[in-house]
Amino acid sequence: MTVRVHLASALRGFSSGEADVELDPGDGATVQRLIRMLDERFPGIGEPLRQASSVAIDGEIIADAQYESVPDGAEVHFLDMHQGG
Amino acid sequence: MSRRHVNCTINGDSADFLTEDFTTLLNALRDEVGLMGAKEGCGTGDCGACSVLMDGHVTCACLIFAPEAEGRTIVTVEGLADHTELHPLQQAFLENAALQCGICTPGFLVAAKALLDRNPDPTETEIRYALAGNLCRCTGYDKIIRAVQDAAEQLRANA
Amino acid sequence: MTVTEDNPNTGYKWVGTHQIRPDGLDKVTGKARFGADLVLPGMLHGRVLRSPHAHARIVSIDTSDAEAMEGVRAVITGADFPDLVEAGRSTADIAVAANAMARDKVLYEGHPVAAVAATTRELAAAAVKAIKVTYEVLGHVLTVDEAMADGAPLLHDGMITNGVDPKPETPSNVAAKTTFERGDLDKGFAEADMVVEREFTTKPVHQGYIEPHAAVADCGQDGRATLWCSSQGHFAMRAYACTVLGWDTGRLKVIPAEIGGGFGGKTVIYLEPLAVRLSQKAGRPVKLVMDRDEVFRATGPTSGSRMKVKMGMTNEGRITAAQVWLAFEAGAFPGSPVGAASMCALACYDLENFLIEGYDVVVNKPRVAAYRAPGAPISAFAVESVVDELAKGIGMDPIDVRLANAAKEGTQAPYGPKMPRVGLIETLEAIKNHPNYQAELGPNQGRGVACGFWFNAGMNSSATVHVNEDGTVTVVTGSPDIGGSRQSMALMAAETLGIAYDRIRPVVADTETVGFNDVTGGSRVTLATGAAVVESCEKVIESLRERAAKTWDCEVDEVEWVDGQAQRSDGSQPPLSLGDLASKAGRTGGPISANASLNARGVGAGYSTQMADIEVDPETGVSRIVRYTTAQDAGRAISPQYVEGQFQGGVAQGIGWALNEEYVHGTDGRMQNQSFLDYRIPVASDLPMIDTVIVEVPNPAHPYGVRGVGEVGIVPPMAAVANAINGAIGVRMEALPMSPPSILAAVNDQS
Repeated sequence: MTVRVHLASALRGFSSGEADVELDPGDGATVQRLIRMLDERFPGIGEPLRQASSVAIDGEIIADAQYESVPDGAEVHFLDMHQGG
Repeated sequence: MSRRHVNCTINGDSADFLTEDFTTLLNALRDEVGLMGAKEGCGTGDCGACSVLMDGHVTCACLIFAPEAEGRTIVTVEGLADHTELHPLQQAFLENAALQCGICTPGFLVAAKALLDRNPDPTETEIRYALAGNLCRCTGYDKIIRAVQDAAEQLRANA
Repeated sequence: MTVTEDNPNTGYKWVGTHQIRPDGLDKVTGKARFGADLVLPGMLHGRVLRSPHAHARIVSIDTSDAEAMEGVRAVITGADFPDLVEAGRSTADIAVAANAMARDKVLYEGHPVAAVAATTRELAAAAVKAIKVTYEVLGHVLTVDEAMADGAPLLHDGMITNGVDPKPETPSNVAAKTTFERGDLDKGFAEADMVVEREFTTKPVHQGYIEPHAAVADCGQDGRATLWCSSQGHFAMRAYACTVLGWDTGRLKVIPAEIGGGFGGKTVIYLEPLAVRLSQKAGRPVKLVMDRDEVFRATGPTSGSRMKVKMGMTNEGRITAAQVWLAFEAGAFPGSPVGAASMCALACYDLENFLIEGYDVVVNKPRVAAYRAPGAPISAFAVESVVDELAKGIGMDPIDVRLANAAKEGTQAPYGPKMPRVGLIETLEAIKNHPNYQAELGPNQGRGVACGFWFNAGMNSSATVHVNEDGTVTVVTGSPDIGGSRQSMALMAAETLGIAYDRIRPVVADTETVGFNDVTGGSRVTLATGAAVVESCEKVIESLRERAAKTWDCEVDEVEWVDGQAQRSDGSQPPLSLGDLASKAGRTGGPISANASLNARGVGAGYSTQMADIEVDPETGVSRIVRYTTAQDAGRAISPQYVEGQFQGGVAQGIGWALNEEYVHGTDGRMQNQSFLDYRIPVASDLPMIDTVIVEVPNPAHPYGVRGVGEVGIVPPMAAVANAINGAIGVRMEALPMSPPSILAAVNDQS
């Protein structure tokens, strides 16, 4: 299973400049598991990822997405979304 | 404190209330008489949300001292409907979606009534200038103007 | 006029129709109760003492004289609220509390320092004057330039800029930096045939709602309170107020009053915790209402800014590179919308090479609050002006240039993910094909085009649907109705249930009588609260089918729900209406009711393209809007008249922002134009009819195809107006507002 996580430039300090990371989170993967795996690979990245208020999974932006499941082949972005007025 | 006793006519009824000399008509209507339709948007006569008719003239109630109401005839938004019938302006505002939040609506209805009472067939420009003293932040005025045009047509047809 | 994409779900009976809104009657007869309209027995009047200084340390506050005055029943200062710094709360919570009532420092003119409650308004005002505050006045900064300069006075000791690598060693007034980048800027600019680089400034503007903030709080001797206030979200008001008060949320009940405009500015608290604390101390209800002066001096405007935009374009109209630098005023505490502005700045375009940098800068002005697509209109002014200059430079029609670069389904957004199905191209074509685009222009008249983007939001909503004994249906939600959303809820419920619109009663309930709802804002209510309503209705339909099955003694899957009736699939029974089933609800399982609480999914982003025809008087610099046309993708217009209303309202605010609105501050840091006389918003005689095109590219992820419509309409107008002024008099305006004196100055500079 392959999931592609795109890291915004603010986070690339943790990944030594890598912008696109491929992970194999296994069956039943959730966003929470992705964060854990990313934090293991790039220590310290977990905190800002957890604080990102929304996650885009294959283009759909989901707020409070920690327990969202991530399907095989998904493209994932962590976003700081703004509420609007 | 000593308060002044004011007698006037409000929305067709004899009315009276007590007031300090420095109290505005707006606050007297809201606090003493209990008519909450007129709103304070600015307190300085710039927004028109407190518009009422005094002897037929549209006035910012926030700029009038309450004792000046003595002996006068006052009409507020609460006095526009007649028993079971809405005033054509009220009906036109509803049909034209001429309100969003509705806070400016009482003032606009009163000011529009004053306009149509004196000019039953105004042009779009005349409507816009007559209502330039009423601020609306929600609608961009488009549907308000259309509602006034519709109501004017209705009133002319009824006359 | 509506341009609708083919959608298998057209042919709705209620969605998309014109109806009288359910709260309309109360609003045209003066019966609707707004925030300042509640009166309670024994009610006291509150008044706030506010800082006269833009930046100062509070040395001492002496309230003893005020407390001894006639009619005064309570006096509060920052000491009457818990110290959240000491309690180790988050920076966000600390900022909310410090903004509601200053503790050690005042950070802007108007910052609350104390408050009183007295038996009359006049006595409260007199008591406030009797409070003695000693200040140590500090230097202040009023613009991003002043705040970012070396040696500038700092608002918050120890504030180190977030988002900069390596982390700065010295504190500054820059709270955070946001960066988005892709590709190779140098390569992109090298490929361009034309490059334009411009610097822009904008001033803070206020949301301008006609209803000042108002709250009535009634705290009992048991320490529990009820708060009545107008807001964009009573659950948010409850949460924020309890943060400031140091209360569990269960101690406070918030009842929503009708709201007289918000536009984002009423998603935050000001008076509410003060009213509650005063009421608690006095043991009586307290009403606190701002006057207009206070609204301007102490409530969130949106940011002023400095922006630099550099873009490159080929002679064929392709944008090859874009560089955007933004610095936004956050006001007294971090949190300007520069992040959203950064994400939206280039979101209309499919780009390979770009760099966007956004700085969140604190200044000694009121804390900014959200204002309709916060941040996006500001960066759009800059970007869309530069795109226009490039288009004119290469001699290409401004709509064709945008079509050549337009974002669409599959485009990678500047903030990362791929765009789902969106309608920018459809809005561009709607303007291009509109008769207004062919209208002849006269002397000193110019035409400007601009487009804009807003994400829209989903977030949390709850709804409950009850079927009454007579078959009418009550739809209960918790989203304050600013623009007519109660009607949209009723329309969607009517459509889903298959019954008449006037059999639906939509209600906005309080924090004790409906489940949690996030704020009414972010263009989310029709989508998210609508989704909760639709889901509840679908559950009700399931229940109705089960009850019909019981009545007919058959299986549930032999029952269909069609046009508001249960029908036996084999047609062997006459149908049972909602009314029939409701009247016998007790026999078939009890009252019929269902609820849904959800974190909305499937948000559809919104695009708008707008066209302004402006005539500029070269002698006076006065601009007249000759013609204005807006095309916006609504996904599906549930209530078309009110959708048009949202379009037109956003345009009117944008025009005010473009031409007249600005905060004027003296060098002493005090606002000088804090009234509607001098803070000039558009009036009826300033505007023509605003022509609207509702474009419908249904959001594939929503049952009715809804996209939020409230916000994106304010994103394009400033650039559309600037581009039109450029067409009219050949001057490229780089500063907002483009008021008569500034247009004259620009004309004179040029000649």
